[in-house]
Amino acid sequence: MGLGSLVQMALLGLIAILFVTLGALAQDAAFAIHMFIFAAAAAIAVIYLARSYGQPVAAASPEAYLDGVVRAGAIATVFWGVIGFLAGLVIALQLAYPGLNPDLEWFNFGRLRPLHTSAVIFAFGGNALMCTSFYVVQRTCRARLAFGNLAWFVFWGYQLFIVLAATGYLLGVTESREYAEPEWYVDLWLTIVWIAYFLVFFGTIIKRKEPHIYVANWFYLSFIVTIAMLHIVNNISIPVSFLGSKSYSAFAGVQDALIQWWYGHNAVGFFLTAGFLGMMYYFVPKRAGRPVYSYRLSIVHFWALIFLYIWAGPHHLHYTALPDWAQTLGMAFSVMLWMPSWGGMINGLMTLSGAWDKLRTDPVLRMMVISVAFYGMSTFEGPVMSIKSVNALSHYTDWTIGHVHSGALGWVGMISMAAMYHLFPRLWGRKEVYSLQLVSWHVWLATLGIVVYASSMWVSGIMQGLMWREYDDQGFLVYSFAESVAAMHPYYVIRAFGGLLFLVGALIMVYNLYRTVRGDTRAEAPVGVPAAA
Amino acid sequence: MTYNLLREFADSWGLVVMAAFFVAAAAFAFRPGSRTFYDKAARIPFENPED
Amino acid sequence: MIKHEKIETNATLLLILSFLVVTIGGLVQITPLFYLQNTIEKVAGPRPYTPLELAGRNIYVREGCYLCHSQMIRPFRDEVERYGHYSLAAESQYDHPFQWGSKRTGPDLARVGGKYSDEWQRQHLADPRSVVPESVMPGYAFLAGKDLDYRNIGNHLKTLTLVGVPYDKGQIDNAAADLQAQATGDNADAMLKRYPKSQARDYDGDPKRITEMDALVSYLQMLGTLVDFSTFKPDVSR
Repeated sequence: MGLGSLVQMALLGLIAILFVTLGALAQDAAFAIHMFIFAAAAAIAVIYLARSYGQPVAAASPEAYLDGVVRAGAIATVFWGVIGFLAGLVIALQLAYPGLNPDLEWFNFGRLRPLHTSAVIFAFGGNALMCTSFYVVQRTCRARLAFGNLAWFVFWGYQLFIVLAATGYLLGVTESREYAEPEWYVDLWLTIVWIAYFLVFFGTIIKRKEPHIYVANWFYLSFIVTIAMLHIVNNISIPVSFLGSKSYSAFAGVQDALIQWWYGHNAVGFFLTAGFLGMMYYFVPKRAGRPVYSYRLSIVHFWALIFLYIWAGPHHLHYTALPDWAQTLGMAFSVMLWMPSWGGMINGLMTLSGAWDKLRTDPVLRMMVISVAFYGMSTFEGPVMSIKSVNALSHYTDWTIGHVHSGALGWVGMISMAAMYHLFPRLWGRKEVYSLQLVSWHVWLATLGIVVYASSMWVSGIMQGLMWREYDDQGFLVYSFAESVAAMHPYYVIRAFGGLLFLVGALIMVYNLYRTVRGDTRAEAPVGVPAAA
Repeated sequence: MTYNLLREFADSWGLVVMAAFFVAAAAFAFRPGSRTFYDKAARIPFENPED
Repeated sequence: MIKHEKIETNATLLLILSFLVVTIGGLVQITPLFYLQNTIEKVAGPRPYTPLELAGRNIYVREGCYLCHSQMIRPFRDEVERYGHYSLAAESQYDHPFQWGSKRTGPDLARVGGKYSDEWQRQHLADPRSVVPESVMPGYAFLAGKDLDYRNIGNHLKTLTLVGVPYDKGQIDNAAADLQAQATGDNADAMLKRYPKSQARDYDGDPKRITEMDALVSYLQMLGTLVDFSTFKPDVSR
């Protein structure tokens, strides 16, 4: 303990001084603020080490699982989830009532929108993936997380990344690459954290005591590796100054567009799908009390999914200046993707065969099943929208927004929150969550919210697309663009209401999980059992 | 080696090889003898009822 | 034959195989775009941005305009009639990063240059609903009050040459002077010669200052104005 931690403190202290210096020399205010945030993080780490210096450390048994970091990740998941949903509600309201833009640079729609997308995808989804992957890999490998406390570095490093990204958006620091907006120095930091994440996860698989690598870990592993590849390639850029926040992408125009959407689509395919499928393949069987319907199907599912997904990016660029051969290739693979996606959905749903009655009494399992159903629905809708003639109508409209949200709220959101309901009692040594009745409320509020959201966006999206291409008898365009904007208003209000329902559901979850951690149990009738007369 | 050569390879033999790899992987996963092996793997999450 | 059990029980093999599988798609789709001659059409007109336009473009990026406005007109009758000739890859060949966008909460801007007066653009940016009552756009009045920071503009041009934008030495050396000339219209002859089809004037209506509004309006006013479509021949094999 002694010497090692002294060296660590000295190093971190030097790092803090280095970053203060960088901040003082910065070319722009945003870069200075970010360097000071880095310095503060290093200083906090020094203080933490100094306070625990000399204190006896309870020797962790090499057998025991490292669950502290999973607990921290679970709390972070819930915290960022609420922030992300709230940001989404705010920008939905800004679109319905533009007066809500304060016309202050930091809080206009253009800066809050990446805050929303990054908060839900990377902060909420990312923390959910990290903490469940750490939980699942330890249990399915029967091994403690590898490399000591490196997992804690991953956790705090990732939170630092989130803070840098979020403050950057508000300050106007962006590369304008959707879902990869942070600037070069934040990208570098994420690369370091991600490599550490890979080492912890892969190292744990290597030292496993179980001969077989459970299929959930395959999905988690391919998610980690592929995201590393996508992140690094998509963010290649050259900073104007090593003391400033601005950089220019190494690629231009059509190449830049395809690389970005190769990244963008696979952020969906590997971050929001493969990773969460890993979650599904562990938590659904666990909750249903039955092994996965077909393990063999899960293997075919894995290879087909990772092979096909990576080709689908060009469907974001149909009818653009991207050469036709690339568009056709992207469309063909997107349509084929329907098959493995539904293979996976069927595998998840059929895991319940013989245990369907549990849906009545276990709202957590119900949430998982609804989530898998939404996965099936959006992976059917996706291939349809990637067909060029459909895309001609749907592209640039709210239909895309609706599609994304049925996947993001329905699939990603619900499977993650269901996993949290399963994890919290186990991580804090409670028998079950505080109240299953409240879980049931959450399930229905969230489902209703998503249905309201997606259907309002279908209507507004298709209407937009049709209005833009509407001709009259004389061969003139019927609507000005502004008229199509005005026509969207009611749907934007309805959409915001759907988002509100989803947020309220999440707040109920926060309360429920808080009481669970406290160790309370609500006196209530069991779910799905008729009350005694 | 030119791009056209690569492209011809990709949409002829490359395609055959990839399709064959996939069919082989699927066939292998579903071969008769795999059942016990996979049944065992599928039960991994249930080794500890406390999790 | 490799047994699938080998993969399932050998972590490194699983890692390598799955990594190979996910690299194929990107390699086949992306690399040809850098080699194929016809990816970028040969037309007369496209040139690198002037320093002022570049600064305006960076503000466009900073404010997240691309989240609601596309710059990519598709080859459909309604889009061509609404916005103009469909977009060519050649038109964004110097765009680091591209700004094609993915959503039209507002209209496409690929050819908005010259469609409205500077005064309309300023008024619309400052208070969108004062000129388009249906608009849901945020207001950007603060741009007119912020002096443009162009101390490093030469370095911006230099950085862009590193990623392939053909700025020459004269353009880099005179970057700051060219920016001032374009934003004021004073002594702009040399600048106009260095950047064909560029326009120099006081864009923000405040001759005493060079503001972020100057830069953004100059960028909006040049969008889609460069290509000479008489030199464009569609390539069917593309």
